[in-house]
Amino acid sequence: MVKNKKGIPRLLAYAINALLFFVFLGILNSLIASGIFSSYYVKILMLIAINIILAVSLNLATGFLGQLPLGHAGFMAVGAYASAIFMKATPLPNFVAFPIGLILGGLVAAVFGFIIGIPALRLRGDYLAIITLGFGEIIRVVLLNIDSVLGFNFTYGASSLKNIPKTTTVTNAFICVSIVLIIIHTTIKSKHGRAVLSIRENEIAAESCGVNTTYYKTMAFVMSAFFAGMAGSLYAGYVGILNPSGFAFMKSIEILVMVVLGGMGSMIGSVISATALTVLPELLRSFSEYRMVAYSLLLIIVMIFKPSGLMGTYDFSLSRIIGKCGDKISSHLRKGKEGRR
Amino acid sequence: MKDINQAIIPERDKDKTPAIECIGLGIDFGGLTAVDNFNFTLGRTEIAGLIGPNGAGKTTVFNLLTKVYQPTRGKMLLLGKDTKDLTIAQANRAGIARTFQNIRLFKDLSVMDNVLIGLHNEIRYSLAEAIIRLPSFWRAEKVARERALDLLSIFDMADMAEKQAGSLPYGAQRRLEIVRALATNPTLLLLDEPAAGMNPSETGELMENIRKIRDMFQISILLIEHDMNLVMGICEGIAVLNYGRIIAKGTPDEIKSDPNVIEAYLGKKGNANA
Repeated sequence: MVKNKKGIPRLLAYAINALLFFVFLGILNSLIASGIFSSYYVKILMLIAINIILAVSLNLATGFLGQLPLGHAGFMAVGAYASAIFMKATPLPNFVAFPIGLILGGLVAAVFGFIIGIPALRLRGDYLAIITLGFGEIIRVVLLNIDSVLGFNFTYGASSLKNIPKTTTVTNAFICVSIVLIIIHTTIKSKHGRAVLSIRENEIAAESCGVNTTYYKTMAFVMSAFFAGMAGSLYAGYVGILNPSGFAFMKSIEILVMVVLGGMGSMIGSVISATALTVLPELLRSFSEYRMVAYSLLLIIVMIFKPSGLMGTYDFSLSRIIGKCGDKISSHLRKGKEGRR
Repeated sequence: MKDINQAIIPERDKDKTPAIECIGLGIDFGGLTAVDNFNFTLGRTEIAGLIGPNGAGKTTVFNLLTKVYQPTRGKMLLLGKDTKDLTIAQANRAGIARTFQNIRLFKDLSVMDNVLIGLHNEIRYSLAEAIIRLPSFWRAEKVARERALDLLSIFDMADMAEKQAGSLPYGAQRRLEIVRALATNPTLLLLDEPAAGMNPSETGELMENIRKIRDMFQISILLIEHDMNLVMGICEGIAVLNYGRIIAKGTPDEIKSDPNVIEAYLGKKGNANA
């Protein structure tokens, strides 16, 4: 039978993953249906999902590609507005319009990612950070000042884009998270992903191994923008009202903090820290004015004691763990048998 | 002196186009001429050495050959084809692979991944196939992994495949770099100081290995090295570079007795008191 590097047969691994997916989804839905999770919890759950997508997509450009883009909120804004305008205009029923809006938001953000990426990725390090930072601000300022294009009211500028259909639910947000995680995981564990990693490790060596670095840099950057746009669409369907001020520079930094805290290059790290950093401010609400102090202290402490982030570059593999347990059990059994002899 | 545009051992590869042919290659950095009038021909399956004092421009020549720098003058033919305007990656795909003086491995990745990145252009599946994980993806990955293990076993490194590349001992890192270069299926392999930091027994082993990979893969090898035992022991032809120019070219014996070379390395006779 075909086996993974270590661990269990591939089909069994797929089956276990699918099973876990449905069990988790079922638990979430039954908790909501039974009323244990109030609408407040539901909102936080959706926000967690959006933040996970944002963090994981930024991790693709930061942790895996090794660049430092600071305009992630810009891509999110583009995606959010694109899908919000589409959702408001479309006569299609929601269950059809929602995935279209999602992909549309992603695509528009990806186009922007491509346009920004071509010049930006020629630069390195701080220069790339500055150019993407500038881009994020341009998006925000443009959205803030444009109300109408050719007489059509589009974005409503500072007075906010209102009455967006609230199509985001816990279920579809959860499905989106799963899809994004699967796509990024499978990409990283392929020749394309290895090429992206090689650029992070040593660009000159990557090039002299025949890797077209410009292509793979752009690919990772555009993918990252696409998923940010998707997260933006989800966000639009979650709040129902979009204001450009929500996509300011601080939003980009917030996402970057999630990535760095979780560990650059670790997907599970991004998931954990996105969850923690969404829940934490809510938990600390009772401390009111000390809330941000505690939040900042936590960041400082983690960075002092674990500078590589909570998870470093470790990535979680269920099949590896099951495989290891299996090995241990079988070696125990063998020892037991030998002992009896 | 021999005709400067001849391969050092022309007899063996008579009817074949040379692996690489440089005609009047030169590069300036601002006002400084780093390499000038570099005429060099390397036949197929030839092992040649490039030596010279520090700062002579040896690594610059490597960077010109691998297209890290574009030459200011002259041209370079790879298997008879002009390499003008190629990028580094395209030059690699055209058949030039190299190692680096200061090791440039993908340190945080596994040994296996390092070799698989070398095999990048040999693995053929699209991104969509990879994301959906079609059978073609698994097949291509399996073939590539087996090939990587084969390549690693040339240097007895197959058992290290899952280790992190940066954690390997120094000698093994150098060997891994050669394996990674070989994985790109080159016709010309450039080794930049492969024996640097190795002890005599490791160097001896390396010499064996360089010969072995030449015979196995039927490739030409050009190496920069300061270890004269290695250069004289393994190279069939040697070019000596000083101040960016070739001052001598020939077989190891010819080089050893060439007055220009002795002068470049040791200074002029009777000038010792100056």
